Amino acid sequence: MLDSLRRIHAVAGKEVRQLLRDRLTFGMIVGLPLLQIVLFGYAINTDVRHLKAGVADMAHTQLSRTLVAQAQASQVVDIAAVTPSAPALEKLLNDGRISVGIYIPPDFDRRASTGGQPAAQLMVDGSDPTLLGVAQGLAAMPLLSRDLAPPAAVPLFELRNYYNPERRSAVDIVPALIGVILTLTMVLFTAVAIVRERERGNLELLITTPVRTLELMAGKIEPYIIIGLTQVTIVLVAGELLFKVPVRGSLVDLYLASLLFIAASLGLGLLISTVARTQFQAMQLTVFTFLPSILLSGFMFPFDGMPRFAQELGELLPLTHFIRLVRGIQLRGADLNGLLPDVWPLLVFFGLTMTLAVLKFHKRLD
Amino acid sequence: MSADYAIETRGLTRRFGSFTAVDGVDLAIPRGRIYGFLGPNGSGKSTTIRMLCGLLEPSSGEAQVLGYEMPREAEALRRKLGYMTQNFSLYTDLTVRENLEFMAEIFALPRRQCAIRIRDAMQHYFLADIAKQRAGTMSGGQKQRLALAAATLHAPELLCLDEPTSAVDPQSRRDFWDRLFELAAAGTTILISTHLMDEAERCHGLAIISRGKLVAEGTPMALMQGIDALVLEIETADPQKASIALRGEAYVKNVTQLGTRLHALLKRDTATPVERLTETLRQAGLKAEVREIPANLEDVFVTVTSFEGDERVAPRA
Repeated sequence: MLDSLRRIHAVAGKEVRQLLRDRLTFGMIVGLPLLQIVLFGYAINTDVRHLKAGVADMAHTQLSRTLVAQAQASQVVDIAAVTPSAPALEKLLNDGRISVGIYIPPDFDRRASTGGQPAAQLMVDGSDPTLLGVAQGLAAMPLLSRDLAPPAAVPLFELRNYYNPERRSAVDIVPALIGVILTLTMVLFTAVAIVRERERGNLELLITTPVRTLELMAGKIEPYIIIGLTQVTIVLVAGELLFKVPVRGSLVDLYLASLLFIAASLGLGLLISTVARTQFQAMQLTVFTFLPSILLSGFMFPFDGMPRFAQELGELLPLTHFIRLVRGIQLRGADLNGLLPDVWPLLVFFGLTMTLAVLKFHKRLD
Repeated sequence: MSADYAIETRGLTRRFGSFTAVDGVDLAIPRGRIYGFLGPNGSGKSTTIRMLCGLLEPSSGEAQVLGYEMPREAEALRRKLGYMTQNFSLYTDLTVRENLEFMAEIFALPRRQCAIRIRDAMQHYFLADIAKQRAGTMSGGQKQRLALAAATLHAPELLCLDEPTSAVDPQSRRDFWDRLFELAAAGTTILISTHLMDEAERCHGLAIISRGKLVAEGTPMALMQGIDALVLEIETADPQKASIALRGEAYVKNVTQLGTRLHALLKRDTATPVERLTETLRQAGLKAEVREIPANLEDVFVTVTSFEGDERVAPRA
């Protein structure tokens, strides 16, 4: 038992030394989380503003000018072009010069006052689904004018936005980003860990020594657990400093959830490491598992909106469960006990991948 | 099987698909000896050593190593086994000392002994001055000394060396062998695979392996004396022409040119070999000085590996 611990620490210590001497890998540990949080935090912004818009005002009335001014004031659109006709507006849209076209027909005032039929037309570049959603919001904008009677119909629902009232994308992105960064780095590092020793010939020597498979695996993942938790800290601190993303739940729960997810990712990495013959293969396999994680976990697209098959596939991915855990703890202030349905899949995933990796790895060359 | 032997095998066989790399090898290697496997590249000597170390599973046959049944008891053997791979397989990005410390921990040597053994090993193998140098930046000879130091740190009973000196100069090779003799004198059984004659000649016992089969076994001296050929040295003005003339003769097994001289292996039952050879060369219009000489290990090797039955090996182009 004591000998086992010594061997695990020997492997872990060696791994850390090699890591510290490999500047590129070491840079990735710190650099990758920072780079990703900055890129994702600033670039992914579903709260779209300042869309380029074109106007074709056929009415030329007080009311039509009010509409244009109001649309401008909403900051959702910037009026970039004024055209004399609907076809000219379509041309601009088609050429990609504008994303939204506002067409105000000559009988705009009459339509607006009588109701029953839309007063103006909004032309939207539907090739970008996000724009469509934004424009739909714009279409619902009530026209406020002294000349008009109060709106005939009161909206059926009043929308209240919980947890992210300012609708800042960073608040949604940053917690999930912990999972994405861990998926990439943890799986990749461990995936190459054993293959690298095989490629460099170290494994031929190691398997002639008394080191057991489980000891080798444990020693290999030990340093990466620390590295993973460091990365979690980097993302949390950067999220707080750059984007004011709060941690509403307990930090202990958050780190426990991260630990679970790190373990699951390391297990997957080790499994890849025992299957792949070269480091290049290991990287390919990592990317192969990384893409579905990004797409099907609910990080990119709302999980509930996905087709049933995609959802079932998503349930198999550790990232799906971790994103639920981390959003729950960090944004809703939930505690881990309440999130057990997403805790045990991670445990099962870790147990399964570790077992397979240990079984798959033979202390032989054949 | 008897306990007197470090290694005993019976019918040891390993197949890779349809290719038989090692074919029915029987061995009985005594303890405390340096035992060599001599054979051309791809003859199966590395595969044999790897099976004996538990790195490869035999397809059939049995092997007992230090009393352990292989491959079933391979894990138990590993504490008593030192292994040096053909290519340097310690960590190139760790220093000499770190590599040795790593191996000491992996073998879980008693803590108090660790520091002492590492210090002694570094002194013994002339590594003390480069203790902080990373292994990747060292010369071939230094790497080899480090590999041997690491493989013997836990004082193994059996040391397996897979072509250990292919990449080092003759002086380093001599030093290396001095160390091996010390280890053998201290009771370590050493298995070594090689294709170098001078290295094979230093072994206590030798097995010559060709195409997976054990074709000759014994001490180097016994092998040289028992060679199934007559060895003659020929000095002539035109060795090339002489060589061509001799290769057409049925009683000549093999001819090699060594500078201005020729080295010929004749069938053992050739009567009056010196006279016969001189006559053959005379008919080809060549004057030559011929004398019979004792066989060296290369002669034995050539006789048993490139010559099977009366089948003649095609002369090299």
